[in-house]
Amino acid sequence: MQTAAQIPHDVNYLEYKGKYKGIFSWIFSTDHKRIALLYLYSMMTMFVVGVSLGLAMKLELIAPGKTIMDPQTYNALFTVHGVIMIFMIVIPGLPAVFGNFMLPIMIGAKDVAFPKVNLLSWYFYVLGAVLVISSVLFGNGIPDTGWTFYAPYSFKTGTNLLPAIFGAFVLGFSSILTGLNFIVTIHRMRAPGMTWFKMPLFPWSLYGTAWIQLLATPVVGITLVLVALERIFSIGVFDPALGGDPVLYQHLFWIYSHPAVYVMILPAMGAISEIIPTFSQKHIFGYKAIIASTLAIAFVGYFVWGHHMFTSGMSGTAQYTFSILTFIVAIPSAIKVFNWISTMHKGSINPDIPFLWAVTFIFVFMIGGFSGLVLGALATNVYVHDTAFVVAHFHFIVFGGVGFAFFGAMHYWFPKMFGRMYDKVWAKVGWAFFTVGFLTLYSPMFYLGMIGMPRRYYDYLPEFHAANILSTLGSWVMTFGLLIIIINLFRSAKNGAIAPINPWNGKTLEWTVPSPPPVENFDEIPVYGEKDGPYEY
Amino acid sequence: MENEKHHIVPYRVYFYILLALITLTFGSIGITHINVGEYSVLGALIFSTIKSFLVLTWFMHLKFDQPFLRIMVGFVALVFLAVIFITFLDYYYR
Amino acid sequence: MEHVTQHSDPHYDQEASKLGMWLFIFTELLLFGGLFIVYSIYRFLNPEAFQLAAQALNPVIGAINTIILLVSSMTIAMSTSALQKKNKGLTVFLLEITIMLALIFLINKYFEWGIKFDHGIWPGSEHMINDMSKGEILFFGLYFVMTGLHALHIIIGMIIIIVALNKVQKGTVHADRPSLLENAGLYWHLVDLIWIFLFPLFYLIH
Repeated sequence: MQTAAQIPHDVNYLEYKGKYKGIFSWIFSTDHKRIALLYLYSMMTMFVVGVSLGLAMKLELIAPGKTIMDPQTYNALFTVHGVIMIFMIVIPGLPAVFGNFMLPIMIGAKDVAFPKVNLLSWYFYVLGAVLVISSVLFGNGIPDTGWTFYAPYSFKTGTNLLPAIFGAFVLGFSSILTGLNFIVTIHRMRAPGMTWFKMPLFPWSLYGTAWIQLLATPVVGITLVLVALERIFSIGVFDPALGGDPVLYQHLFWIYSHPAVYVMILPAMGAISEIIPTFSQKHIFGYKAIIASTLAIAFVGYFVWGHHMFTSGMSGTAQYTFSILTFIVAIPSAIKVFNWISTMHKGSINPDIPFLWAVTFIFVFMIGGFSGLVLGALATNVYVHDTAFVVAHFHFIVFGGVGFAFFGAMHYWFPKMFGRMYDKVWAKVGWAFFTVGFLTLYSPMFYLGMIGMPRRYYDYLPEFHAANILSTLGSWVMTFGLLIIIINLFRSAKNGAIAPINPWNGKTLEWTVPSPPPVENFDEIPVYGEKDGPYEY
Repeated sequence: MENEKHHIVPYRVYFYILLALITLTFGSIGITHINVGEYSVLGALIFSTIKSFLVLTWFMHLKFDQPFLRIMVGFVALVFLAVIFITFLDYYYR
Repeated sequence: MEHVTQHSDPHYDQEASKLGMWLFIFTELLLFGGLFIVYSIYRFLNPEAFQLAAQALNPVIGAINTIILLVSSMTIAMSTSALQKKNKGLTVFLLEITIMLALIFLINKYFEWGIKFDHGIWPGSEHMINDMSKGEILFFGLYFVMTGLHALHIIIGMIIIIVALNKVQKGTVHADRPSLLENAGLYWHLVDLIWIFLFPLFYLIH
């Protein structure tokens, strides 16, 4: 073990030569910044696969009847698309990439509490991804249950489901370890003087998220184990023929998978809460209200799972309880939006790329949120349940919310992470295409759902044709924008102009260290004084 | 931080706790043999809760740890009970 | 292991590793919690069948195993005290007892499961599917899953204790760096905690 004196503080983490060479200096590295980039690259790879599957589905839906694939292929496609996008992209998304990279720096620590566990969780991520992919490549048939693995079909289908289930289990474990690490890091490693209420909002959102990861993920873990055992041994717990209740599967599944939505959106909101004050050059409005709303969303979000099951034959009491709780969870989300808007009010706004992403986030998040209220109300839910309306709603939240925040965070912290600035003109072009494409792709689905087009069908009635063409066109525009964004970022990471330490005049700690940060972030651990704070402009 | 650890629990304390736990085990066996209908589950669960409280407090050292650990344990227990309660809102009224 | 991210801060943070272990225990509790939810729902829906099926379990074996686990919990708790009192010999001895007790628990479990198998009771067996009511099938399904998962945790706990025992003997776990032993202890108590609830819910239904 080397002592502190031997670790050079003037070498940045990208150029540091450790014990290992080449690729091994990455995959054996326990540096939180390198692990963050490992996550970024592996997620990018899976994202490309997921987007391609989505494009293929939209292409199939450009015309009624069979266009490019048969129904079974379509079923497989939306299953794999869902599993990849949910378990490998949006759930780990912001915590694993920006949380890993920024959390220790933002709270003035040299690394997370358990660096080796951190690396282990990336290995679990890769193992989970490999397992899911193996379920596609081997066995008799690609899983066709949808990403929800609903019983009893999930143990009746002849397709190769076990590796996919096991993969989701392993990915959950990766998520648990990340959450565990973050909680301990935040509790134990904040810089001297940084009290809980001087901590920036992104770490706060990670803290709330980590608790959900910790308490909800094991429930889906055991549920997936039960489905696997049901498949192998017929233990009967979800099989109506043996006395089990398939609705109980839905309860257990959504006890995790609804809070998982907040695992996705809370860090996204955290990133937005960093971007808005920086680009308004103003103290965040209602700092404590945002923290309280973060914790409230995390807590109440744990008890709303039943709104996915309004048509499953639940008791009336359960239905209206879940409906009320769902409306309650909308309140803290709205509080956040009001706070962001108030922060901008009379601020000195710099409409640079990250800010554009942040305001479009607020826009699409509000559309997604309001359509969520339509689904949370019992009467309207029954009308649009399992239609394209639901698909539009959760893509506005999950892809709109998390995606826009992810790219916002990417463009915000990119100069810090890579030490170079991207081409701003291309970044704006990419953002414009992406936003227009996104809205064209998903908005028609609201309409389609209202007029009765069910989800998860490869075919539809002729009267749905026009809106579907529009939606498919949108998917092409959006993908074009995505390509511009990704190519621009990749090129800039190599050849962009050298970025200064603090390009946006941010006040949080990551803007006090060099870009890219040195191996252990800080020469000397910063100390927060009485008057210091994360947003003191 | 250095003075918050190293509370050494004497061996006999652990032994007394064990005696209490074994007594409670026989207590729970006893109560389920008395025919009190559906309340026997409740009785057994109360005994189990007392037992787990002893294990958490003494064997798992919560008594000597920082208070926030106790708060966390209580919070987790509360979340779990709330989940069971809400799930039963479905099954009880179905 | 790469030295890049070794904290130059030489403080060994015992509180951090304890907190980490507790958080892990929470996830384990919720993992079993999912099963307890399933159990409570099905017991609520099939009270008579659960009562009938539970007759097949022997409460004496269950009680013996409960006491074995409780004693082993005490011995591992004592071993942390022994370590803090710098009594290495006693620490090692107490850990060995703990491992022995864990093994006896597993042997009992093995025979208990064996008797069920002899009676044609295992998940998906013909006897169960043909002759048993749905509630009984659920009872035994849950019995095998929950005690099986618990036994798996016993095995994992034993491995952790063996590792800790080794490190105590080597001297890398000692009074000033007791985290591994403490965490092994915490894990073992978790296994005990779960059994405290499993025992009445499966063996004491009358």
